[in-house]
Amino acid sequence: MSYAQTDLVVAALRSPAQALSLPSAGWDLLVRQARRADLLGRIALLLEREGLLGRVPSAPRAHLDAAIVLTAAQHREVRREVAHIANALAPLALQPVLLKGAAYLMSNAAAALGRTFDDVDLLVPKSRLPEVEAHLMMGGWVTTHLSPYDQRYYREWMHELPPMQHSIRHSVIDVHHAILPDTAHVQPDSALLLAQARVVPEHPEWRVLSPIDMLLHSMTHLFHNEELSHGLRDLSDLDLMLRSESADPTFWEALQQRAVQHGLARTLHHGLQQTHRLLGTPVPESARLQASNYAAAAPVDALMTHLWRHALRTPHSSARAPLTSAAEFCLFIRAHALRMPPIMLLKHLSNKAWRRHVLREEGA
Amino acid sequence: MKLGDLTPSQLRHRLAHAGVNLRTGPVVSRVRSRLRSVQDGMALHYAAHPLEPDEAFADFHVRVRRPAGLRRWIQPQVVFEFDELTPFAPLPGDQGFPMLEWGLNWCVTNHFHQRLTLHAAVVERDGLALILPAPPGSGKSTLCAGLIHRGWRLMSDELTVIDTADLSISAVPRPVSLKNASIEVMKRFAPEAAFGRVVNDTTKGSVAHFRPPLSAVERAHERARAAWVVLPRWQAGAETSLRPLSKGRCLMQLVENAFNYNVHGAAGFETLAALTDQCDAFEFSYSDLEDAAALFARLPPPPSLRTAP
Repeated sequence: MSYAQTDLVVAALRSPAQALSLPSAGWDLLVRQARRADLLGRIALLLEREGLLGRVPSAPRAHLDAAIVLTAAQHREVRREVAHIANALAPLALQPVLLKGAAYLMSNAAAALGRTFDDVDLLVPKSRLPEVEAHLMMGGWVTTHLSPYDQRYYREWMHELPPMQHSIRHSVIDVHHAILPDTAHVQPDSALLLAQARVVPEHPEWRVLSPIDMLLHSMTHLFHNEELSHGLRDLSDLDLMLRSESADPTFWEALQQRAVQHGLARTLHHGLQQTHRLLGTPVPESARLQASNYAAAAPVDALMTHLWRHALRTPHSSARAPLTSAAEFCLFIRAHALRMPPIMLLKHLSNKAWRRHVLREEGA
Repeated sequence: MKLGDLTPSQLRHRLAHAGVNLRTGPVVSRVRSRLRSVQDGMALHYAAHPLEPDEAFADFHVRVRRPAGLRRWIQPQVVFEFDELTPFAPLPGDQGFPMLEWGLNWCVTNHFHQRLTLHAAVVERDGLALILPAPPGSGKSTLCAGLIHRGWRLMSDELTVIDTADLSISAVPRPVSLKNASIEVMKRFAPEAAFGRVVNDTTKGSVAHFRPPLSAVERAHERARAAWVVLPRWQAGAETSLRPLSKGRCLMQLVENAFNYNVHGAAGFETLAALTDQCDAFEFSYSDLEDAAALFARLPPPPSLRTAP
């Protein structure tokens, strides 16, 4: 049996039970695809939650067990790192807001299940950035991206400081003051987000966004990102959170209203459409219709839908279609175009290309 | 079916195309390579190893190949591929087989978290395992290579794989890697050992592998109980000397040499603590392999594993 252009990860996320009928060669490919998509731990825990782990054949089962052990270790490390950051920032009495993975984990959100981590993301008011950076430096984190261009790129144009890395533990922190760059043409109001942030139970030194803002932020991050190697994982985060909130009958209406308030209604449209279509998220038709009122004009929307459908796949050659690379390239350009005006974009990309060229020459 | 049942041309063809599902103890690796040096190395070192059917589940998909671009032709290099990813920088062109071996070790140390793994050689006698954890250069591989020619079964010269549920140790029998002066020492000590080609100028100096003994491959499924932890140290002219190591230092040595201790968290600590309780631990210095082998042949089992007469 051939599995060319088969995304077994998507199939397993939609219906974990379906994986049980895979032959050995299917499990072989599922483990490899899921490992690449950083979703092996999540699939293992979904199977466990449905009481199906015991029915997985022993060879792939060993890798699911390994992934469960590995994600648990990452979760311990992130909790420890978050405690270190809290210590470093304690004198500021700031109650910073955790974003994305660390927020899911600390607030026990549905998307914490088997989540993998690269860094810890924080949101603080822009006016407090200098103090936050100074206290993190005293705590052992140092700025990265040292070239003058990169420093200026982050500090003048972006919505975050250059990533800071701990000199001994090598953990990385991204300190944000907004959820999109200062140069982007959509500007969700950070004050609005911070106003509804809530204290993390049992960790009063931290806050997280309200569940609806958490979802909208995660959607914004995914659908404005130029780099989609974690695209499917992030889409699965949205799927888990939407499923856990959907029991509340007022949820969909509130989600829509809040998206409009933030200027993120089109992002919500893409988010609901793609989770529903790809992962079978039970989004009511009324919610999808309402969100689609904010879609772009029909031909543009059809193109976007098509591009996302191609790009939000497992990043493994066996799951790619002929047009996947072209879709990724278009979305790379789009993500940059959303971040900054055209002239600035042209300057930025040519600067990046030039420096890559020079560095390669110097490195040779 | 064994790898050696394939004719040389069948093996080359399989390795160049679909690959072979090579079983080494609990690990099945799908190995592919068009490089002659890798194919010859496989034919020599893995002749007795079982092959799993093509459609069977493989733990790791690996491939050693030439890089794309000019380096395929000009001063050719080799690249190790782990399921489409290349985790290491390329190496000089004649290091294909050592690179495959290092890559297969890397697969286990980075992705085999279903078990606790130590950077340690391990050999077995009467169901009891002797674990030799040590940093590179301590003479661990040489001692391991010597012992397996004097009555001990090779479990691994590099990886001690521990089941956290019952502390049992699994064998991952693969070629034994020796470096620099050890290569000549072992050729004299065990003339029967089947050595592959010596590869010079690697990051570890000159490297050669010899084929794992047949018994090691045939008994790969037999687990062992950890009985001794010995920290070896080869020193020119040193007396053969075995000195007890405290439980505390033994535990610290195991922790330091574990690949995924942090991944296993509390279970990792409890496993290594229980292993320390179960084992007798020693520091060992030596210069003469025959003396060393004679001493280990007389080593009594630790009190925890002594059976009543």
